[in-house]
Amino acid sequence: MIKVRIPTPLRPMTGGKSEVEIAGKTVSEIIENLGSAHPGIKERVYDEQGEVRRFINIYVNEEDIRFLTGKDTPLKDGDEVSIIPAIAGGT
Amino acid sequence: MIKKMLALVCRECGKEYPTQDIHVCELCFGPLEVKYDYAAIKQVMTREKVASGPHSLWRYIDLLPVEGTNFIGLHAGFTPLVHAKNLGAFLGLDNLYIKNDCVNHPTLSFKDRVVAIALTRARELGFETVACASTGNLANSVSAHAASAGMKCYVFIPGDLEAAKVLGNLIYRPNVVEIEGNYDDVNRLCSEIAGERHWAFVNINIRPYYAEGSKTLAFETVEQLGWRAPDQVVVPMASGSLLTKIWKGLKEFEKLGLVDAVKTKVNGAQAEGCSPIATAFRENRDFFKPVKPHTIAKSLAIGNPADGYYALKTAAESQGAMDAVTDDEIVESIKLLAQTEGIFAETAGGVTIGVLRKLVKQGRIQKNDVTVAYITGNGLKTQEAVVDSVGRPIRIPPSLSHFIKTFAIEESA
Repeated sequence: MIKVRIPTPLRPMTGGKSEVEIAGKTVSEIIENLGSAHPGIKERVYDEQGEVRRFINIYVNEEDIRFLTGKDTPLKDGDEVSIIPAIAGGT
Repeated sequence: MIKKMLALVCRECGKEYPTQDIHVCELCFGPLEVKYDYAAIKQVMTREKVASGPHSLWRYIDLLPVEGTNFIGLHAGFTPLVHAKNLGAFLGLDNLYIKNDCVNHPTLSFKDRVVAIALTRARELGFETVACASTGNLANSVSAHAASAGMKCYVFIPGDLEAAKVLGNLIYRPNVVEIEGNYDDVNRLCSEIAGERHWAFVNINIRPYYAEGSKTLAFETVEQLGWRAPDQVVVPMASGSLLTKIWKGLKEFEKLGLVDAVKTKVNGAQAEGCSPIATAFRENRDFFKPVKPHTIAKSLAIGNPADGYYALKTAAESQGAMDAVTDDEIVESIKLLAQTEGIFAETAGGVTIGVLRKLVKQGRIQKNDVTVAYITGNGLKTQEAVVDSVGRPIRIPPSLSHFIKTFAIEESA
């Protein structure tokens, strides 16, 4: 199972939980399965074209998936996925 | 005082929210911005009223996102706008100005502006603890302002900061948390912590208010130029927020009739070692690719810039340009500014002046353009960048004969 950390704006869809455990072998499988377990989440994470929204960053074990292989980034048991709003920090 | 803040509104989808401690749209994750009642503001904000206000950024209170007057950071802003005649002559510019936030109060960077707004607003919202993710200057400013306001404080910084920027936190005795990683790691972690702790993270959950403080750089520029907008501005970019807010400030003054039609070209400057926004501009893309920063300009070392998208839009809308300079060019430009204008900027200032030089060379900035370069931080905080390239003092014993011997050639010349 993969531990997925849920940002505040999506917690209403996970019953308020900040972490959920989901099965999946890639990031896109995780998002699919997350959407099945918690209806509405997938539509928030993906835009109309099925891509990760411009203002969302996804991390696998603290690394931005854009430095890995994007949605196809492979996952193994014990990995952690974070979904984080992109708008933060800076000047 | 008028009620000027109507709501927070999502910049992408337009959904409105109350003016609380939230920063992203729960529908589309777009950034939230303060929606002002410009009609009401226009009734009260005049050039005369501004000119008779305090010698700080609070003279622009009518366009700042706070409700009361219980200010933190009373003396932030209203820094000198220097007519840079020597540097201008060197570059072939007749109307070059340096907006010198090296001397902002109290921590010598433009961050004193945004922090004054953020902490004032955080206290209005009932927070007792403030925090930030920082490349250094922001942490210094949050630490100092929290100390003076008696607020609890946590600052999060990358593990490789300049010594003065680390010490510049510790002296105020906040909780300084050094993260084993770069700024983007710090920022990601802080975004997660912000979901767990009820703290005012100035650049996360207080960001819609905090970022507005940067507009005051534009307001002051216009007022100090005699109520006219510059033809060109050159702005350093880390997240890209400062550049977008300078544009916003200019457009707000235009909207309120405080300045004539704004035709300012807004130009952005980055270091080659961390240039996701400038690279996207040069490649004519409207999206950036995140990078792993490697540059001496640590205050600009944000590889995943939150406002990169909007910075690119701003440059396009204002017909400005973006470019980047190498670390060597940064050092050269820090020295050039110091030796022509007597202003010792930090590395970000070297980036700004370096890119200014490139834009002049490319013909994008012309001789007669009223041009303002934004110097956002103080060189004494980034001494490591120049210490090996400025030479050493001439050391002599305390004797007149030694002095005369040493300086004989120069004296007779």
